[in-house]
Amino acid sequence: MTKDIKIKINGVEHRASVEPRLLLVHFLREVAGLTGTHIGCETSLCGACTVMLEGRAVKSCTVLAVQADGASVTTVEGLAQSGALHPVQEGFWEEHGLQCGYCTPGMIMAAADLLEHSPAAAAGATPGDLEIREGLGGNICRCTGYQNIVAAVRSAARKMNRRKKAVAA
Amino acid sequence: MIPANFDYQAPSSVEQAIALLESSHEAKLLAGGHSLLPAMKLRLAEPALLIDLGRIPGLSYVREAGAQVALGAMTTHAAIAESPLLASRSPLLSRAARQIGDVQVRNRGTIGGSIAHADPAADYPAALLALDAEIVARGRKGERTIPAREFFSGLFSTTLLSGELITEIRVPATTGAGTSYAKFHHPASGFAVVGVAAVVKMASGKIQSAAIGITGVADHAYRAGAAERALVNQPASAIAGACSRAAEGVDALGDHFASAEYRKHLAAVYCRRAVQEAMAAKA
Repeated sequence: MTKDIKIKINGVEHRASVEPRLLLVHFLREVAGLTGTHIGCETSLCGACTVMLEGRAVKSCTVLAVQADGASVTTVEGLAQSGALHPVQEGFWEEHGLQCGYCTPGMIMAAADLLEHSPAAAAGATPGDLEIREGLGGNICRCTGYQNIVAAVRSAARKMNRRKKAVAA
Repeated sequence: MIPANFDYQAPSSVEQAIALLESSHEAKLLAGGHSLLPAMKLRLAEPALLIDLGRIPGLSYVREAGAQVALGAMTTHAAIAESPLLASRSPLLSRAARQIGDVQVRNRGTIGGSIAHADPAADYPAALLALDAEIVARGRKGERTIPAREFFSGLFSTTLLSGELITEIRVPATTGAGTSYAKFHHPASGFAVVGVAAVVKMASGKIQSAAIGITGVADHAYRAGAAERALVNQPASAIAGACSRAAEGVDALGDHFASAEYRKHLAAVYCRRAVQEAMAAKA
């Protein structure tokens, strides 16, 4: 049994006939060819496979592709706009928020969700370290000890606030 | 890890879902999928038919219903955690929802799916018991309302009948009472090693009544009746003594992380914290 589905990934519609048991992460990597989303633990714990589904961070190893039929997905490949990195990507670059880099795409997507939905960020403030760590609680990094990841998200929050103010002014 | 093959149906109404559920003895309902899909990937569950409830409109809401707040079964933990209506009318459930898993899990997992799964370490059962919530289930013969106290019946077991699915959860407004949920997180999984929900009413500086729901200790969440009775008409100084009875008569579970004895100890400690916080919340 296969099912015809279509998923809009980073603004581009991908159609395929898939087995219902195909996981969204495999659809992204193998059907759409977008390998930026990583497979880590495969048990919903590590967060390496985090993507945005309809604007909210989810673990794509724990969503069936058929559940995402008709939905919009953003992967790490879709964050940069017209060649300019997303502030979270810049933050990870500048603050060296990674070592081996395996967890980074998932960390970046979880951080983007955090800054999108954080009440502090919405109020023009920088989320505190506790809020950042709580927001990234579903993502595991075995290299960094998290210090620079938190610094990267803090830096991204400041950048986003500065840009919002610049646009408003 | 890839699940075993299954047939997949995504009905567009509750009635269709019930008909599908009755069509196969090996059917499973898929809500948010954050318990079922991991179990399927580990091949602990191999349903022949997966019925995806995600395409049924109108099962995700938080709305006022008289003296209660009604939640659609497909409402996510994130929506419950962030609900302004629950924050003002019945904040205990939001507080429990905020402590489930992590952000990504809360964005997908649903209250209906969680309570139907009935994990002994899940957070909602403690809160639903302390609130005397109601679970609305629908089957071919119609709808019935199950009190939370009659819903959780054992390890991953509920009193839902085969062919029934949960459509709604109703919690009372707790205006006039203080509520709290105190939880000892398992450091790796985030599940409750012990979680205690308390609803406390005060009168003239004394505890008028206390409802205490406890998860994580036994094979299913329970009301700590002995502790509740020991709190009636007592001042705050009686809390520690009453809560020493939080696991009285309970057959506690033990594992390599927390022995049965340790879980009973934690039940008393977190009972005390939850009742004290609930009293403070009322002030």
